Order: sequence, then C-alpha cells, then structure tokens
Amino acid sequence: MGAFPMSEHSTYIPGNGVEKWIDERLPIIRFSKEHLMDFPTPKNLNYWWTFGGILAIMLVVQIVTGVILAMHYTPNIAMAFNSVEHIRRDVNGGRIIQATHAVGASMFFAAVYVHIFRGMYFGSYKAPREILWLLGVLIFVLMMATAFMGYVLPWGQMSFWAATVITNIFAAIPIVGNPILELLRGGFAVGNPTLNRFFSLHYLLPFVIAAVVILHIWALHVPGNNNPVGVEVKSDRDTLPFHPYYTMKDLYGIVLFAIPFAWFVFFIPDILGHPDNYIMANSQVTPAHIVPEWYFLPFYAILRAIDFNILFIDSKLGGVIFFAGSIVILFFLPWLDNSKTRSGTFRPMFKWFYWLFVLNFVGLTYLGSAPAEGIYVVLAKICTAYYFIHFLIILPVLSRIETSRPLPTSISESVLGKAH
Amino acid sequence: MATQAEHQSTRRDFLFVATGAVGAVGVGAVVWPLINQMNPDASTLALASIEFSLVGIEVGQSVTILWRGLPVFVRNRTPKEIEEAKAVPLSELKDPATDEERTKEGHENWLIMIANCTHLGCIPVGESGEYDGWFCPCHGSVYDTAGRIRKGPAPKNLVLPPYEFISDTLIKIG
Repeated sequence: MGAFPMSEHSTYIPGNGVEKWIDERLPIIRFSKEHLMDFPTPKNLNYWWTFGGILAIMLVVQIVTGVILAMHYTPNIAMAFNSVEHIRRDVNGGRIIQATHAVGASMFFAAVYVHIFRGMYFGSYKAPREILWLLGVLIFVLMMATAFMGYVLPWGQMSFWAATVITNIFAAIPIVGNPILELLRGGFAVGNPTLNRFFSLHYLLPFVIAAVVILHIWALHVPGNNNPVGVEVKSDRDTLPFHPYYTMKDLYGIVLFAIPFAWFVFFIPDILGHPDNYIMANSQVTPAHIVPEWYFLPFYAILRAIDFNILFIDSKLGGVIFFAGSIVILFFLPWLDNSKTRSGTFRPMFKWFYWLFVLNFVGLTYLGSAPAEGIYVVLAKICTAYYFIHFLIILPVLSRIETSRPLPTSISESVLGKAH
Repeated sequence: MATQAEHQSTRRDFLFVATGAVGAVGVGAVVWPLINQMNPDASTLALASIEFSLVGIEVGQSVTILWRGLPVFVRNRTPKEIEEAKAVPLSELKDPATDEERTKEGHENWLIMIANCTHLGCIPVGESGEYDGWFCPCHGSVYDTAGRIRKGPAPKNLVLPPYEFISDTLIKIG
C-alpha cells in the first residue's frame, strides 16, 4: 500500500536524559532518525537512483565554493573581469576553487539531466508523485536561472552577449516587453546595474533552491521512493532502511561521480567553457559564433528553430513561446502520460519512443551548437517538432493503445524470483 | 436569524472589506518602490541625448557609436547601396518600409540605426550577408542595405533612433 511508508515507523528511544529532554521540546533527533536513517526504501533501487544524493552534494559544493568566490569577486563592470583573473592567479587555492565552481555547474546539470531522464523512464512522475515531479521541474528552472546569472559574472564576451540575448527574450512579450526588459537590465542595454543585480540574485537563488529541495524531499517521503519495477512497496520485506544501505550506495555513486569532476577541475578546467569568455565584455562587438553553455543547447536550438511567422505571431515571439513551452510542458507530463504502468521496463512500445526522445534531445544539443545555416536549420525544426510531438501526441496515444507486460506482484518477487 | 444576516451586509462586513482594501493598497505602495528601484536610474537616463559629428566618415565607411549604452551604426552609404535599397519592391519585405522612410530627406546616404539585431540583440556584421547589408552571426538574420530584415528569425527592421540633422555634418540623437 502507498500508505505504508507514511505511517509512523519511529523506533527512536532517547538514549539518555539529555536526548529525552530535547525530544520532548524539539524532536529533531527523532526526525533525523526517521527520515535520514530508518526511512524504508525499496530494496531494488539501482545506480540511477544515486543521482539524487549526487545532486544534493553538488548543491552544497556550489554554495560553499560560491560563498568563497564572493569574498574575492567584485561585481562592477570595470573590475569584474580582472577580479576573476585575480581569483585564478593570486588567491590562495583560488585556481582550484574557481574551477570547481565553474566545472561544478556543468557537473550539476549533467547529474540533473540523468536524474530527470531516470524519472521519465521509470515513470517517477506518476500518481502519487506528481507534486514531487513538479517541485523537481521547479528546481530545474531555478537552476537554469542561477546558472545563467552566474555565467554573466565573469564579464567576458560570452557573459555579456548571453546576458543581452537572454534578457532580450523578454522583449518579445507584446506591449509590456520593453518596459520589462529595461526593468531587468536597469538600463537601455546590459551594463553595470545588470551585473550588480545578477550578482545579488545569483547569491540568493541557491538558497531558494535549497528550500525547494527540502520540499522535494518532503514530497518524496510521503509516498516513498519509486523503484525500477514501479510496483509500490507492499510489506517490510520490500524495503531496507535508508542507512546504511543507501547512504553507502549513494556515497559510492558520489565517489565515482567525483572522478570525472576532479579530472575536469585539475586538468582541463576550461574545456567546458568558451575561449571568447577570456576577452573582456565589449558592448560594440558580438563574437562571430555565440553559443550558450552545453546544458542550455537543446533549449537554445528550440529558441532559434522558429524563424518564421505563425499567423499573427512573429518569429521572435514564436521562438520564445516554443522555448518556454519546451520547459513548461514538463510540468504537464504527469497528466500527458496516463499509462497505469509506471516503469518503462514493462512498456514494450514506450521503451522505444523513450530512447527516440533521448536521441532527439541529444540531437537538439548538437544542433544548438551548430551554426544557424543550411541543413542544421531544417534538422532543428524537425527535432523541435518531435520534442513536442513526444509529449503531446505519442505519450497520450501510447497510454491508450499499449498493452503492458505483466508486472511482478511485489518488489520482493522481482528481486528474488517467482519461488519467493 | 442566520439567514437574514447572510442577506444583509453589516457594518462589520464593511469594515472587514475596507480594512482589506487599505491593506492591499498599503502592500502595493511598499512593493512598488522595491521593484521600481530596478528601473533605469537617473544617471542612465541623463545620457539620453547626444550630438555626433559626421565629418571624416567617407562614402562606404561605417562607425559604431554609443547612445544610452546602445551601439548605433552610422553608415555613409555608397550610391550602389542606395540604388539597391530603392529597387526592392515592398511586397518582398517582412517589415515593409521604403528607403525614404529609413533615411532623412536630403541625407539619403546617411543610414543611422540602433546596432542591435531585432531578434535577440546581437550586433550584426556590416557589409555581409546575401543582401550586401548586415548579417547577424548569432541566429542568422540578414538585413539589406537599408537595414531592413530580409531573412532569418528577426521580426523587424533595425530600429531607427530618434535623430535630426542640426547641420549637414552634425546630428543629434535622442
């Protein structure tokens, strides 16, 4: 039953007088034991599930390195660029701390994409976990806003033009677009007021993310974890306590994840960035080929795929509508896929379309980095169309016509085989 | 008794609504300055008007100047470019405007435009693209020799700033 993990399963007995005194006033030790240690977790979670823990660690890494960088950074257009160089060259250990923060953003997004696609394959967005999914998409949106504003802070050419292009998206909104644009920039063009406020907000948003993460985990702990077979927990035999089984498994995943992270930080800290960002911002020259960071490329490809007017909607507004729609549509996923079967493992047709969607997403990533000319323009349109077709046509139709393979009666059965 | 009270609004109801309304106005009055501080400040607005001398810009030469923090193209067009711009039928244009509407009478060789692509604000590269005008490297918008959008995702022609000729060689923008 879904209600099982919700029930009180506290086995905490205060060990001494002090613990008892605390427990009667603020039962924080009891709460931690229940939710961080004893929490009943399906015993069949695979390594894709460790990315939740990896993401929690990444948020901590970014906040810690970010607070340190803010001790040495200057958010002023005359000094910002040099202050980042100062961090990299002069500050004790600054080279590594700055690289950790910059590479950390990429690693954070890599992990969040795995986490999102894991949820999509195993149907983790389905009832009763819709709010859990919605909060997750909200975190993703906040991450994108935070990463974008962070990218502006070094005040290189890519920083400046990313700020110009992305704020300009708001100008596409009819009537109020231009007033909003000037409000965001604090001027008629991106300038010192823009940099200053982006720094302020870049410092604020991670703490908002942390707050939503707490809600995300709360929403996880009401129905409990989904799992690779998508069959709900039915008895104690289906679960293991979170600690030590999953704390150790997550820790192992975190260590493996730290290996490529460290490799980037120590050996090739700049490879995920762009050389143009080592030229100081110049409002009079746009770099010949501007591209966003890799983790924005699929959405960027969608933004520029719309280069034609749609009825009374001009191409610019059209691009923005599709760009925003590609993210907003994720909020509706729990209601677009009505299949009763959660896990893609038991959905013979969904499985194929899922991988096609992944391939299409990778294709959009590639097209986002390609120049906007020739065959790339056509392919970007096809991939953009398919992105929306997947959500709006394929998923609703599949949930009507597809016959799922028989599900195991319980998690234990799927793990141990029929005999048990 | 209860039913009668439901139909008649009482003094208490009035006070309740009035208090709520005053409270809402109060919250709005506090929030607005907190948002409005983000709008362009006095020092930014102070740069709203500039004068610029055209002396020294030869035929076929362009310069980029700054007005209100925005880059502005000032181009002294060649006769060939002007001819090309005038020859285009309006029906071919996404954002129809004649060459005369894009320039000032008697100064048709001078094309003065805000240099930000009307798509997402990048600065197009001059004397390039299929229409001998400007090509925006960001998303592939192409403008002609009158700065009119011809191809790509940009919706509008390059924007003309408000300007006037004070003399033949001096303009005032803003």
